[in-house]
Amino acid sequence: MELLGRQEVWNITYDHALGETASWFYTRIRDEAAIYGRRCAKTGRVLVPPRSFSDETLLPTTDWVKVGPAGRIEAFTMVYEKFNNLPEPPYAFGFVLLDGADTAIGGYFRGVDLTDPAVAAETLAIGTRVEAKFAAERTGAMLDFWFEVAG
Amino acid sequence: MSLDRVGIIGIGQSEFRSRRDDASYPDLVREGVSRAMADAGLELDAVQAVVYSLSPDAMLGIGNAERLGVDAVGGRNKPFLRINTGGATGISSVAAAYYHVASGMFDVVMTAGADKIGECGDSQTVLNKIWDPSYERPLPLGTINMLAMSGVRYMQQYGMTEEDMALVTVKNRQHASLNPKAHLRKVVTVDEVMESRYISWPIKLLDCCPQSSGGAAIILASETFIRDNRLDAVWITGLSHTAETYWMGDRMGVNPTAEHSGAHALGRSFEKTYRQAGITDPAKQVHVAELYAPFSNTEFHAIDAARLVSKHGESIGRLRDGEFSIGGRIPVNPSGGTLCTNAIAVTAMARVAETALQVWGRAGAHQVKGAKLGIASGNGGDHQIFGTMVIEA
Repeated sequence: MELLGRQEVWNITYDHALGETASWFYTRIRDEAAIYGRRCAKTGRVLVPPRSFSDETLLPTTDWVKVGPAGRIEAFTMVYEKFNNLPEPPYAFGFVLLDGADTAIGGYFRGVDLTDPAVAAETLAIGTRVEAKFAAERTGAMLDFWFEVAG
Repeated sequence: MSLDRVGIIGIGQSEFRSRRDDASYPDLVREGVSRAMADAGLELDAVQAVVYSLSPDAMLGIGNAERLGVDAVGGRNKPFLRINTGGATGISSVAAAYYHVASGMFDVVMTAGADKIGECGDSQTVLNKIWDPSYERPLPLGTINMLAMSGVRYMQQYGMTEEDMALVTVKNRQHASLNPKAHLRKVVTVDEVMESRYISWPIKLLDCCPQSSGGAAIILASETFIRDNRLDAVWITGLSHTAETYWMGDRMGVNPTAEHSGAHALGRSFEKTYRQAGITDPAKQVHVAELYAPFSNTEFHAIDAARLVSKHGESIGRLRDGEFSIGGRIPVNPSGGTLCTNAIAVTAMARVAETALQVWGRAGAHQVKGAKLGIASGNGGDHQIFGTMVIEA
């Protein structure tokens, strides 16, 4: 028999509040081109991206700590497949432990030739030193900065 | 822990396919339910409560679709609740059904669900939305690249190669070719996997699970009910769940609380599950394993976490030696596993179902000879919520 279908598209708008901690973090990125983490007074861990409380102690974090802009790659991948509503491939991104931080923050890796995946994987190997770079025009967002291999 | 054991008395699964254009969503739910009821040899009235297995709504494209499923599970006038732990949903639902029975409040409880992932054109868009809007969603995160990054760390720490990953696919496709319910049943070679295109390095197309459609249901009962009604059963003798931090970047860096190369909380969950089941040496005592692994690389850390090898990373060489193939020391994913079939809402339930069928001796062509004790697992959330089970004949 003839089987019928229906195409449906969900397009839903949200206006998310970021809260005090992320708001402070992003305004520093926008105004100072600097990345900050939050320290847990009890464990001493510096959480980046910053959170208002520590998941280990459930105590509020107590102070802001400037981290980076240099750091080391902790994880990476190069994406070669196109996914709807996600960036045009290829692109590389991953997680970086910024100097002074205890946890890693995500970001794009730019300035890497992704033509040959094996070569790119060597360039981005875990442990590679990188530096955060900031856009000249910043809006206070994650995409205001990215990482480049330190040279 | 209840004095009365909890048994599995009925199992129903669809033949999973990319699409099921002949069936609506409730039709697919009912397919698993009617097969499980027939398997148990019970009438629907015998089921006293229902646990509904349903992962993120947007994957199915129906908000809170458990409402639509009430009729398909015979939920009218019965206690009914939905479970969602992402990819772990199916095993979490079995666990919730177990607790219903173990509490002594119910004798017969059913868990059921279905998914139609083949109808979702934007599954990685949906999965990108599991990340928080404050910090991580602006990045193109999805489950594939999240677990690609786990693979990158595993490579660096234990020397896994892309060929090792390919061997997992080759093994599981071989297994799936024996399982008529599996979705991807075509056997492939290492060369074919290696030549398939990169999705998110080092994961290639043939290192990935498919998007599957189908339904599943499992019926659990108390030992007293099983004995009084002279039913056949296999027994859940250990079960646990363990969660870990949401923040992927906290699973790396300085003294991380968990390690993203592996499945830290999955290991913790297995420890508790083994203790409950009285298993002291899983590498010797487990006969068969159905471990949730949607990408080839993740099967290694699942085997490590289940302690089917003596130390992390040892799974690589053991898999190369064929120890986890049917006919090997401890067959892992003899059904073909998540790598060959992934209807997310019931994927982890299929791990339980397949383990139960194995120890029951009813797995068919992919039966592991003499299997009496099996393990199952499910992974959900941002690689952070894990469920585990021991099932015995």
